[in-house]
Formats: sequence, structure tokens, C-alpha cells
Amino acid sequence: MSETETYPAPKDKRLTEDEVVAQLRSGMTIGIGGWGSRRKPMSIVRAILRSDLTDLRLVTYGGPEVGMLCAAAKVSHLTFAFVSPDVGPAAVLEPHFRAARQSGAIGCTEVDEGMLLLGLQAAAWRVPFIPTRVGLGSDLHLVNPALKTVTSPYPGPDGGDGEELIAQPAIHLDAAICHLNVADERGNAAFCGPDLYFDDLLLQAAAQRFISTERIVASGDLVDAAGDITRLRINRLFVDGVVEAPNGAHPTSCEPEYGRDEAFQKAYLGTAKEAEAWDGFRSEWLSFPTEADYQAALAARPTGDA
Amino acid sequence: MATDLSDLVTRADVCAVAVADCFRGDGEILANPIGTIPMIGGRLARATWEPDLVMTDGEAALIANDEAVPAVADRRYETYNPYRTMFDVVWSGRRHVMMGATQVDRFGNQNIAGLGGTPQQPRTQLLGFRGAPGNTINDTTSYWVPQHGPRVFVESVDIVTGVGYDRAAALGPEASRFHEIRRVVSNLGVFDFETPDHAMRIRSLHPGVTVDEVVAATGFELVIPEEVPTSRLPTSDEFRLLTEVIDPKNTRLREVPQSE
Repeated sequence: MSETETYPAPKDKRLTEDEVVAQLRSGMTIGIGGWGSRRKPMSIVRAILRSDLTDLRLVTYGGPEVGMLCAAAKVSHLTFAFVSPDVGPAAVLEPHFRAARQSGAIGCTEVDEGMLLLGLQAAAWRVPFIPTRVGLGSDLHLVNPALKTVTSPYPGPDGGDGEELIAQPAIHLDAAICHLNVADERGNAAFCGPDLYFDDLLLQAAAQRFISTERIVASGDLVDAAGDITRLRINRLFVDGVVEAPNGAHPTSCEPEYGRDEAFQKAYLGTAKEAEAWDGFRSEWLSFPTEADYQAALAARPTGDA
Repeated sequence: MATDLSDLVTRADVCAVAVADCFRGDGEILANPIGTIPMIGGRLARATWEPDLVMTDGEAALIANDEAVPAVADRRYETYNPYRTMFDVVWSGRRHVMMGATQVDRFGNQNIAGLGGTPQQPRTQLLGFRGAPGNTINDTTSYWVPQHGPRVFVESVDIVTGVGYDRAAALGPEASRFHEIRRVVSNLGVFDFETPDHAMRIRSLHPGVTVDEVVAATGFELVIPEEVPTSRLPTSDEFRLLTEVIDPKNTRLREVPQSE
């Protein structure tokens, strides 16, 4: 053995948004983290919007990223329980998503919110399905025709035949993208807001796993940065690339760093009525060559202006 | 009180009390009313005769506050309840949710997903199925309709998101053993399914609402009892809680405005 044997360095998984997108392909099934208009990996979504990617199959608890990608004709299929911008006392609907669905521009697989969890969990655990009562009696089969039932091999509650349950199939993802509050360069990450949502399951269900984060810190500083070890819920076994993207979830919220940019989101939601309005919004806000240019333009806005 | 309470009580107050009464007897379960008046009504039930109800802050926590929507700094946290945990609760059966309904039919089938067209290409895309299938097959469910009309109360919903009694019956006793649609509360009255075939029945009409008015605003034949009760008013204590503690900013009047 040589006295000067060199050992491999730990992987440094830092990437740019465009380097993430370069690893994606048209036609892929892509899971997007967050929930509604909360903690969405928007900087990577913006990179997808300025890329040549098309024919994407999205799986998500949907927010404005779905509407933007649909409006930009990047989406061929969507697996969803809802798509909501999350504002107002009553749920407001997502106009670009609605337009795509109503025109037949996208195919859809509809699920109950909990079935999405189960499908991702099944994929993460490498089992073909998870049985559930969810969906029985509803019309989900009309918008999810592949959904099948399974008969329990065990006696029913009355001792008779086993119950018939929905067999929620595994939802395998080619790629998952999520936005976390803080991470290290190896792919460990923490959420610091109210809810992890299902980001961990999306990453575990995916072949290629990418996160963006408000900031990258040294591994030893993660607990201090997150506030508590129980917030370190994403680990590097399930992360292939990390993008440092301050304000990267904009215009969605990333508590506690920032709330939703309501004015910006409202401006975006108002662009669905005419193609010119969307084209104008897209060219003004979604066509910057880099995320840094987008953030600079945001920072340069007059106070209170979207 | 010098003034007669009935002169002060609004339709919104009656609705809130009717919502609260939906949770009567529920004990220590997660009461999860969604919407302005539903949340106010749920808080009222807990602040009075159902003290063991567990309720959310609308986000990821279960809180003890009586205020309908307390400021973050004022929230008295009981426990952490992220979405993952909420599904654990839903699937455990320890929840009574009150959802909205774009359409609801005589057997309590609900639609919040889409109108017209085909299931794969609705003329009007709505929210999606959200958690309705799981809620209705696992737990007691009630509905809140702030604007009672024939386009909401329909003969047959365009697509079934929340499972009604006819669908549950077709599943058989095992699969439907956790299913219960308890009430529908609207701005006009309270409705239940306590009939032989679980068809929707008028349980009570709010003060000033006539049977004819409700029949005209309903797209199917309601079961009408011989004596139609009038929805109760809040007690003086309930009225004080509503106006001073739970909803002092009167947000409930924005959801159900008081007609002169």
C-alpha cells in the first residue's frame, strides 16, 4: 500500500437549475414537492419553462407551477387531487390549469389526496400497491380508469370473506424536485416551516432526486440552521442534486423565510383570460436567462408592485 | 338582557349554531369544519357542550383557542398535525369533517371536481377530488352550503367525489361501515338523512324561511316532515361567545349576509 494513498472525496452535489434541467428529458414523469402555493421549487420550474423540455407528466399537490407549465404547453399529463393557488377564504381555482383541462390539452389521472400519499409510499417501499378504503363508492374510477380493487386474503370483520379494497398502485417518478429551507452540499436538508408535506416521499419514489434550498450550510451546522434535529427530514440517500436558490420558491411561500407574494400571484392568475396577457407575463417574468436575473428583476420592483 | 335576543340574532348566527349542533355527541374526535361559518360553529360546539373536540388552526397544528382564526402569536398549541398526521386521523375514523359542495344530491353525494362535459374533459373544472373520497368512506361527514340553490342541490351530481348513502349501500355493510353523512347546513335550513332510504329531509328551517322557498331552491324532492321545525336560536351564552369571543369581527356576516 502506498503511503500516499488518496481517498475519494465525498460527493459535492451542488448544481445550478439549468444543470438539473439538463438531466431531465421530455416525456418524464416528474414529482413536484410542496402543497398548493406553498414551498414549490419554482426556480427549477422556471428553468424548465425556459428549456426545450416538453410532454412532461406531472405528479403533485398542485399550485401555480402546474398552471405555468400547462400554459407554456410543457405538460401532457397530470396526476392530481387538486390544483389550488391557496388564496382567499374559499378556495380559488387555478385558471391556467382549468383551461388546459377543459380544452383537453392535458390528460389527467385524478386521485384523493391520501391516495397520492399511498402511491408514492408504495413506490418508495418498492411494493406494487397499498390497499385502502379510500375511493370506494366514489366516481374516481371514471377519472382514474386504471384503478383496481383487491380482495383481502384475511377474513372480513364479520369473520366471512375478506374485504374488497382499492389497490392504490405505486406512483413511480422519473424525477422529483422539492424546495427545502436549508441543506448541505451532500443533499441533507431540513424544512423549517409548518409542514414537510410529502417531499420526503416524492424524493423516495423517484429515480432522480433534486432539491433546491434557500441556503447551503456546512453539514455540521444543519441542526443549528434548522433549529432542531427533528426538522432534518430529507437525507442524502434520496438526493442526487442540490441547488442553492435564495427566494427560490417565489412566488409561493417558504415559511418562515417568506410568505406568498400575493400581488405577484394575483398578477399571474390574471393572465389566463387572453393569450396576450399570458405571453406578456411569460416574456416579462419567465424568460430570464438565469434565476439570478429573475431575482434581480424582482428586487428592482417598486415597492408594492407586482 | 334588556333587548330581546331574537332581535339581535342574524341568519349567520343561526347557521353557526346549526353547524355547532352537527358536532353534538362527537366527544373526543377531530372536528374539522372547513369554511368561515363552519369553523365558527365548530369552535362554538367546543367552547360549550363538546369540550373534548380537537380542532385545527387551518394549517399544521391542533389548537385550543376559542377564536375562529387566532393570530399566529395567539395560538395555544395542543399538538402538531401536519398533513401526514391528518391522513392518519382520517383513516383512523377519529374525525368529523364538514366540507363544502358545489353539488349535493338527495342521498348526500357531493361533487367538488367538475361540471358538465365528460369526466376526463369537464366543461368547468373545479378543485378536484381533494380528500372527499377518503373522508366520506372513513368518517362522519357533513356539508355546508352558504348559498342554497337548485344548481347546488341537484337531482344527480355530475361526478361523485364524496360518497352518498345510495353509493354506500351499494358497497354493502362491510365497506360502508364507517360511512355517515350527518347533516347538510345551508343558509336556508338544516337537512339530514334520517329517513328509511336515507333521502335528504328537512330537519329544520331557519327563522323566516318557508317550505316553499326551500322547495323552489332545491333541484330534487326533499322529504318534508309534517311539522317542520324552526332552527333554534343561539342561547344568550352562545350568542355572547359568537359575538365577543369566537368571531368578534363578524366574518360570518360576510359569508351569510343579513337581508333586511
